[in-house]
Amino acid sequence: MTIRLENVNYVYGEGTAYEIHALKNINLKIENGEFIGLIGHTGSGKSTLIQHLNGLVKATSGTIYYDDENIYREGYSLKELRGKVGLVFQYPEHQLFETDVFTDVCFGPKNLFMPKEEIEERAKEALTAVGLGEEFYKKSPFELSGGQKRRVAIAGVLAMNPKVLILDEPTAGLDPKGRDEILGEIDRLHKEKKMTIILVSHSMEDVAQYVKRIIVMNKGCVNFDGTPQQVFKQYKELEKIGLAAPQVTYIMQALSERGFSVNRDVTTIEEAKDSILKYLKNKKERGE
Amino acid sequence: MKIIKIKDLIYEYAKYDEEGNIAEMNRAIDDVNLDVKQGDFIAILGHNGSGKSTLAKHLNAILIPAEGIVWVGGKDTKDESNIWDIRQTAGMVFQNPDNQIIGSIVEEDVGFGPENIGVETDDIWKRVDMALRAVNMTAYRNHSPNKLSGGQKQRVAIAGVVAMKPQCIILDEPTAMLDPLGRKEVIQTVKELNEKEKVTIILITHYMEEVIFADHVIVMDGGKVVMQGKPREIFSQVEKLKEYRLDVPQVTELAHELKKEGVFLPDGILTIEEFVNAMAEFL
Repeated sequence: MTIRLENVNYVYGEGTAYEIHALKNINLKIENGEFIGLIGHTGSGKSTLIQHLNGLVKATSGTIYYDDENIYREGYSLKELRGKVGLVFQYPEHQLFETDVFTDVCFGPKNLFMPKEEIEERAKEALTAVGLGEEFYKKSPFELSGGQKRRVAIAGVLAMNPKVLILDEPTAGLDPKGRDEILGEIDRLHKEKKMTIILVSHSMEDVAQYVKRIIVMNKGCVNFDGTPQQVFKQYKELEKIGLAAPQVTYIMQALSERGFSVNRDVTTIEEAKDSILKYLKNKKERGE
Repeated sequence: MKIIKIKDLIYEYAKYDEEGNIAEMNRAIDDVNLDVKQGDFIAILGHNGSGKSTLAKHLNAILIPAEGIVWVGGKDTKDESNIWDIRQTAGMVFQNPDNQIIGSIVEEDVGFGPENIGVETDDIWKRVDMALRAVNMTAYRNHSPNKLSGGQKQRVAIAGVVAMKPQCIILDEPTAMLDPLGRKEVIQTVKELNEKEKVTIILITHYMEEVIFADHVIVMDGGKVVMQGKPREIFSQVEKLKEYRLDVPQVTELAHELKKEGVFLPDGILTIEEFVNAMAEFL
């Protein structure tokens, strides 16, 4: 599914004293199978933007197209759209309500009035995708750890078989291993199922590690749009709008200022390590 | 002086079956001993479910030990008549600022605590001034908390605790929901409270780079304290931390990775400056 936003504007409380222009003339094209990081400080418009992407909020003006179809045209099924575009909210585990894990994950497909076997098939598949085996099926969500609960909630969205998966800070409050596990599973969904992923995150390190393209929001506008290298290179500009680059980018900047001829624009530890090792090897070969 | 002393602390909670009988006991805190000196900056690390928050809740008598004793400011938390004193000695800040702010204007929110314990009006305003200054939010005193950023809201929540003049502040993942600038602001505020006001700080976090300037780091796993020491001692043990589902700051990890490739670097590098200085000999 390709997603296209044309001149999308959203105004809260239009005509009142509390009017806020939350999205200003957004133009974006998201291709099928992209892995996108959406970053921006609190209140920059990220959450408003993602709520537009599955039709939860309707733009004040402008148009959104999925596969060249205008989602605001009369007769377009937003219900169907929401089946294709899965949205995982912040702290999605607060929305678990069934008595056991398996029933909770079945809830979404059950509402699509599918045969029981197919519902259960989907739930199993979704739970496998987030790394939860059969031993978890009959457990109460209350018995699970924070990271496990969050995975159940993500599985609930996956069971709807979305083509596009949008996650609003899926790792907030998780321990480092839990962060890696969840992001690893999302990465696998992207690679194996060719799912389009939009990841909203405050962790620049995580974004740099996984996504191929970063969209930076500020004051309702798209400020930057590019590869992690292109975006984090502008770290001084990012700092002005409440963001930063991963620590490793600053390390390489500092090394470079100290006189090391290393790649300044790295965004992951792996890249930094390779660049430093290459520098040391070259130096050795030159016999210095 | 010891502001907090924990001796042989055990905390268990019961799991009930459908008939309401106790099915099993879960031990959330398993024999923890800990001394915190007045003015210390302590960081507690540990994976989700390791017992950090349960331990924190013992420090201002939200939870009472099943076994063992917790003293806060010399007072036993088990004795109910001590509860008000203990809560005034040790204030707590939680993860989500939206759940902690109740006032419709910043200064009223900050004054709420002192007003509740019957502080004189003049004194309340003095405390509000002092608390807002301590968290650098004086310019926003007449604002509505709704319009603030996450980091600003969390600083207002901290000011609300500071206005109670606690000797110790416990922060349970105060930056988990914040953007990078918000995280920086909150950590800076906490550091200043510790350095300038000599407030004892106990910081629980999942962000490793936030604890590098702590006096002491405690790592919890399965309800036990499994590692403790200075940040450098803790972060030198990269592999062990990973076994506990934790991590190290990126700069520490990069140095560790280079070392594995045969580059001679010292263990436990914590800052970019240290890293660049250590690398300087390869220039």
